[in-house]
Amino acid sequence: MTDFLIINVVIPLVQIGVLLGILGLATGYIVYAERKVLAFIQSRLGPMRVGPQGLLQPIADTVKLLFKEDLIPGSVDKPIFLLAPVVVVAAAFTTLSLIPFGEGITLLGYHIPGVIADVNVGLLLILGISGLTTYGIILGGWASNSKYPLLGAMRAAAQMVSYEIALTFSVLSGLMVAGTLSMVGIVEAQQNMGVWFVFIQPVAWGIFTIAMVAETNRAPFDMAEAESELVGGFFTEYSGMRWALFFLGEYTAMLVMAAINVTLFWGGWLRPFPNVEALAFLDMVPSGIWFLAKVITFLYIYIWIRGTFPRYRYDQLMALNWKSLIPLSIANLLITGLVMILLA
Amino acid sequence: MEIYAFYAIAAVVLSSAVLMVTSRHLVHSVVYMVISFVAVGALFILLEAEFVAAVQILVYAGGIVVLFLFVVMLVNVSETYQVEFLHRQWLPATVLSMILAAQIGFLLWGNAGGLAADPSASGSVLRAVEGGNTETMGMTLYTDYLLPFEVASVLLLVAMIGAIYLSRKRV
Repeated sequence: MTDFLIINVVIPLVQIGVLLGILGLATGYIVYAERKVLAFIQSRLGPMRVGPQGLLQPIADTVKLLFKEDLIPGSVDKPIFLLAPVVVVAAAFTTLSLIPFGEGITLLGYHIPGVIADVNVGLLLILGISGLTTYGIILGGWASNSKYPLLGAMRAAAQMVSYEIALTFSVLSGLMVAGTLSMVGIVEAQQNMGVWFVFIQPVAWGIFTIAMVAETNRAPFDMAEAESELVGGFFTEYSGMRWALFFLGEYTAMLVMAAINVTLFWGGWLRPFPNVEALAFLDMVPSGIWFLAKVITFLYIYIWIRGTFPRYRYDQLMALNWKSLIPLSIANLLITGLVMILLA
Repeated sequence: MEIYAFYAIAAVVLSSAVLMVTSRHLVHSVVYMVISFVAVGALFILLEAEFVAAVQILVYAGGIVVLFLFVVMLVNVSETYQVEFLHRQWLPATVLSMILAAQIGFLLWGNAGGLAADPSASGSVLRAVEGGNTETMGMTLYTDYLLPFEVASVLLLVAMIGAIYLSRKRV
């Protein structure tokens, strides 16, 4: 009975607590990293004043946001205005519980898995729940009862629904090789085959990476925000902690998308070249470190892309998706199926 | 344990469904609809149909209702529309709901044996197949129910082409 309680209640609760605790801080430092990297790309210094090299900036920002006045404009639809940021954060955090961070460790005789919930339809559930983020954005924009947020919300809705198609198709081609929907199972499949799926499905990976940037509303696809045309897009009317919740949701979603990319295409927690025996000493490094290193690389790529490409025009964005990415991903899916039949 | 979870989730499904029909504002209705759909997904998980649950959330809650919301937001709902509550649909609505009530009543009282759980059915069969119910679902759809599946696909394709035809620019 105590064993049952510890395995099914205590361990998940501790995992959730640790994850949430780290996440708040991590998000702050992803923002800091973004400001620093963008600054270096533009030959600036970035935040320098608070702490050495501006390292305490995220903490100062959080404190500022917490104490800022919680402003609710008079003409908003209040229940939905209050609900919207919660939906974004809740959806992002829920998907995080399905991401395998490592192999897991054994502590005090209990095996602690590297994932909070290993559901056998994990990947599908992640895509479904992260799809719910769209509601937070649309409802937030609509409830603000103001022009710019509404425009931002409409753009976001069309963009996210469209790119979800390309995203799902590219994930499907990866899944066909793995033969399972479980996130842990996908990594184990790559371990057994001794190869990262990016080398089997490079096209699917490319499509996924583009769609992932669009799906999280990041530059150059940040149509929903587009500060130079729409003031602040869907969260123009939000301020203080509620605005910070949208921010937290966005950066957590980036983290989740990067983690899916790593899990599905870059071997999850596996070391580089899992098929080469000579590199076995790399297994000395804990699996979680490999995973984090890969995820951080992808977060860097997100920022790098933002610093490099100008924002797409709205019709270009849609044309890119419907005329190139979706046909390409369907063709990739068909070819994958064909090759699998021929090889079988 | 499971029965309490069922009642809790069912309460959410039903109350949000009622609120969806009765709420005065269309956007609020859509929000209740999403809540109802997500809770139905939870019911599927309770029935150990994880694949159907994920699809329910991915397709219904995540895709279709977003488009609902899109249309509702585009159509500026006037005040009159909110006041007039039942329009003239009460007669067909009454007839339909009476038919539904009769069917449920028949299932509950007229045919009591039919509803009782048969331990050899569904659940255990699903679990017996290696690879979980995603694989079972796929095998069943593409072997036993291939024809209905293809017919449904063609139907969707026709609907899609129809929508594109209706919305194209007249040259």
